[in-house]
Amino acid sequence: MYIVEMQKVTKIFGELVANDHVDFQLRKGEIHALLGENGAGKTTLMRILYGLYQQTTGDIFIDGEKVTINSPKDAIKKGVGMVTQHFALVPPMTVAENVVLGYTDSFVLDQAAIEKKVGEAANQFSLDINPKSIVRHLSVGQRQRVEILKALYRNAKVLILDEPTAVLVPQEVDSLFETLDRLRKDGLSVIFISHKLDEVTKITDRVTVLRDGKSIGTVDTVNVTQKQLAAMMVGRDTFGVTRQTEINPDNKKILEVEDLCALDDKGLPALKNLKLSIRSGEILGIAGVGGNGQKELAEILSGVKAPISGVIKINDKNLVGKDPSEFSKMGIGRIPEDRHEGVVGDLTVYENLALEHLDEYSKNGFLDKQAIRKNANELIKNFQIKAKPTDRIRTLSGGNMQKVLLARVLSRQPEVVIAPQPTRGLDVGATEYVRQQLLEQRTRGAAVMLISEDLDEILSISDRIAVIYEGEIVGTINAQNATPEKLGLMMSGALREKA
Amino acid sequence: MEVFLVNLITATFRVSTPILLAAIGETYSERAGILNLGIEGIMYFGAFIGFFVADKSGSLWTGLFVAIMSGVIAGLLMGLLTVTLGVNQHVSGLGITLLLTGLSLFGFRLVYGGRSTPPSIPSFQAVNPFGDIPILGTITQQYLLTYITFLVIVPLAWFILFKTRFGLNIRAVGENPEAVDAAGVNVYLVRYGVLAIGGGLMAAGGAFLSLAQLGAFTHGIIAGRGWVAIAIVIFGNWSPVKVMGGALIFGGTFALQLRLQAMGLQLPIPYETFLALPYVVTIIALVLAGRNASYPAALLKPYRRE
Repeated sequence: MYIVEMQKVTKIFGELVANDHVDFQLRKGEIHALLGENGAGKTTLMRILYGLYQQTTGDIFIDGEKVTINSPKDAIKKGVGMVTQHFALVPPMTVAENVVLGYTDSFVLDQAAIEKKVGEAANQFSLDINPKSIVRHLSVGQRQRVEILKALYRNAKVLILDEPTAVLVPQEVDSLFETLDRLRKDGLSVIFISHKLDEVTKITDRVTVLRDGKSIGTVDTVNVTQKQLAAMMVGRDTFGVTRQTEINPDNKKILEVEDLCALDDKGLPALKNLKLSIRSGEILGIAGVGGNGQKELAEILSGVKAPISGVIKINDKNLVGKDPSEFSKMGIGRIPEDRHEGVVGDLTVYENLALEHLDEYSKNGFLDKQAIRKNANELIKNFQIKAKPTDRIRTLSGGNMQKVLLARVLSRQPEVVIAPQPTRGLDVGATEYVRQQLLEQRTRGAAVMLISEDLDEILSISDRIAVIYEGEIVGTINAQNATPEKLGLMMSGALREKA
Repeated sequence: MEVFLVNLITATFRVSTPILLAAIGETYSERAGILNLGIEGIMYFGAFIGFFVADKSGSLWTGLFVAIMSGVIAGLLMGLLTVTLGVNQHVSGLGITLLLTGLSLFGFRLVYGGRSTPPSIPSFQAVNPFGDIPILGTITQQYLLTYITFLVIVPLAWFILFKTRFGLNIRAVGENPEAVDAAGVNVYLVRYGVLAIGGGLMAAGGAFLSLAQLGAFTHGIIAGRGWVAIAIVIFGNWSPVKVMGGALIFGGTFALQLRLQAMGLQLPIPYETFLALPYVVTIIALVLAGRNASYPAALLKPYRRE
C-alpha cells in the first residue's frame, strides 16, 4: 500500500493543462524524485497535494483512504508538509514563532514554553537550529532547516521539497542530503522536486518523470542512468551540444583587451591587468569560481561599468570611455547575466523585444507599433519562443525569457557576443538551445565570450579556455588540452599556464 | 504657572483620546498589511452616528455602541474592497473616506436641517476618582472613555499583538501572507478581523468627539485627526505603546496651542499659526522617526494564491 497515491489527477488553468491524468505513488520511507523540465507540472501536482490548488479531476488517497484536500490546513492534518521554493517564513520573527505559526492551541503565547518545545523538536530530529534566532539573521540553508522543522513539528509523515537545492551552496546541499537520509531511516517519506539529474540519482530511491503535464513513468533510481532520465525528461535523446569543427587559424582578432583594471562595487580591486583576445568564429570560455571578477568583466565589456585603466578594442577601435549604446553600435552584444534585470516584467514580449532599440522603431517621436509587432513575430518564430507577442514577460518560464533576451541581442548579428552564465537555472532543453545558439554565432563568424561556472559547458563548446582567478587570467589553454582536473587546479590558483 | 501646567496635562489626555483610539485601530490593520485610509471617514461617520443615535434614543452609551458597530461595518466594507476584491488600498481607503464623510454631512443635514447653531446633547461627564486632591485630583478628572482608552485599549492591543496566537497571525500576515497561508491559517479572515476591530476603534474615536468632548456634531469635527493618526502609527513604529506616546505628543501640542490662543497674547503672528502647530509637530516627529520606520513588509499588497 502506498502512503500517498494520486490517480489521474488533472489540473487546468484557463486554456493550459498543467497536469494531464497524472498517476503518482509514494511508498512509505522512500525519497521519491519528481523530475521534469521547468513547466512540466511538477510543482502544480504537489501544490494540489498540499491543498494550495484543487485538482480539476482525479483522486488523492492517503494511507489508502480517499481524501479531499481543500487547503494546506487539510494537508497538514493528513500528515503532508511542504517546503516551497520561496520559503514561507516571516523574517522578523523568531524560529520558534515561525514554527508554531498556525499550529498552537493556546490563545495566549508563552514565548519561553514554545521556545522550549521547538528546541526539543529540533533535537529530536537532529536539526541544528536555535529556536530563539530571528529568521532574518539566518542563512538560506538554516532557513530551509526551519521549514523542514516546521513540517516535522506538525507531525508530517510526507515531506514535499520543491527544488530544495536551487538556493543552496554545495556544503549546504550535502548537509541537506544527510538530513534527508536520516529522516528516511526514521520512516519519513519525501517527495523531491528537481530538474537536476545528478542530485536525483544521488539521493532518491525512485523517480517519476513528468513532461508537458503528463507522467512519463516511474523507475527505480538504481536501474537508470542520467542519460536515460534526461531522455525521459525531454522526450528525445540528448546528445549534448558540442563544438564540431576547428577554428581557422587565419581568422583575425576581433576583440582585444589589454591591461584592464577595475574595482568592484565595494571599491576593491576586481580585475588586475586582465588581458585576452577573441578571434572571429571563436568561442572563448572564461572559467572560474564565482566572484573572481567575472561579473565586472562582463559589465565592463558591455559598457555598463567603466574600468580604471586598460584598453578594449574592437577591430582596432578603442571603446574605453564610451557608453553602453555606443558599445552596442560598435558591435558588442551582451546577454544580461540576470535575466530578470534584462527585461521589464510588466511589459509584453513584443515591447521587450524592441526595448533596446526604440529609436529604430520610432517615427517622428511616436512608436511605430506595426514595425515593433512585425519584428516580434519574426523573432518569436526564428528563436522558437513559446509565447504570444502580447504576453507579459514575467509570465514566461526562465527558458523562454532567456530566448527573448537571446533574440533581442543575437538578431542584430553583433560581432562580439558576451554571454555571462547564459544557462544558469535553465532546464536541460533550454540549456541545449542556448548552447546551440552560441555555436551558431560562432559559425556566423562572431567572437563569443562564454563566462560560466559550469565546467562541462565550458569544455563542450569553447575553442579556448581562459581561467580567471582573483581578477587575473591565470592561463589560457586550447580546449583539446583541457581537462576538468587541470581547470580545477587553475581555478583554485594552484596552477598557472601560459598559452 | 502650576495651574497652567496642570490644566495642560489634563487637557492633553482628553485631546489625545480620539486620536489614540483611531491610531490603535489603524495599528491593528496595518500590522496585518492593510493601510486603512478610510480612517478619516470612519471617524466622521462614528461621530455622526453616535450623535444621532444618542440624540434620538436619549442614551449616550447606545449612541457609542451603534457608532462602534457602524465602524465595524465600514471596516468590513474596506475588507470587501481590498481583501476579497483586491482593489488598491489607497483608492479604496480614500473612497471610503469620501463616501462616509459625505454620508455623515448629508445625513446630518437631512435629520437636523440647516441651522445656524448646531444642535447639542448633554455629553458624557468626566469622572472624578480622587475628588479635591490638588493636582492629582484635577489631572485624573477625565472621561471614562479616556480611562478605558489608556488603561484598557492600549495594553490590550499590546497584549493581543505580541502575546497571543491571534496577534502572531496578524503580524505574520502583515509580513508574509504566503507563510501564513502555507501554515494553514486563513489570511482573509485575519485581515477582515483586524479591519473590523480597527473600524470599531476609529468610529469610537469619532464618537468620543461628538459624545464627550463637544456634545455636538459639526462640519469640521474630525479636522484631519484621522490623517494625524496614520502619521502617529508610523511614528510609533506599529507598536501600541509607542503609538500612545505619539498621540500624547500631538495631544499635548494641541492643548498647548488652544491655551496659547486663549491667553490672548498680543503677538505679531496670526492665531492660525498656533492652530497649525500640532500638525507641524506631527510632521517633524514623523520626519525624525520615519527614517527608521520598519514598515510591515506586506503592507499595501493584496494576497492572492498564485
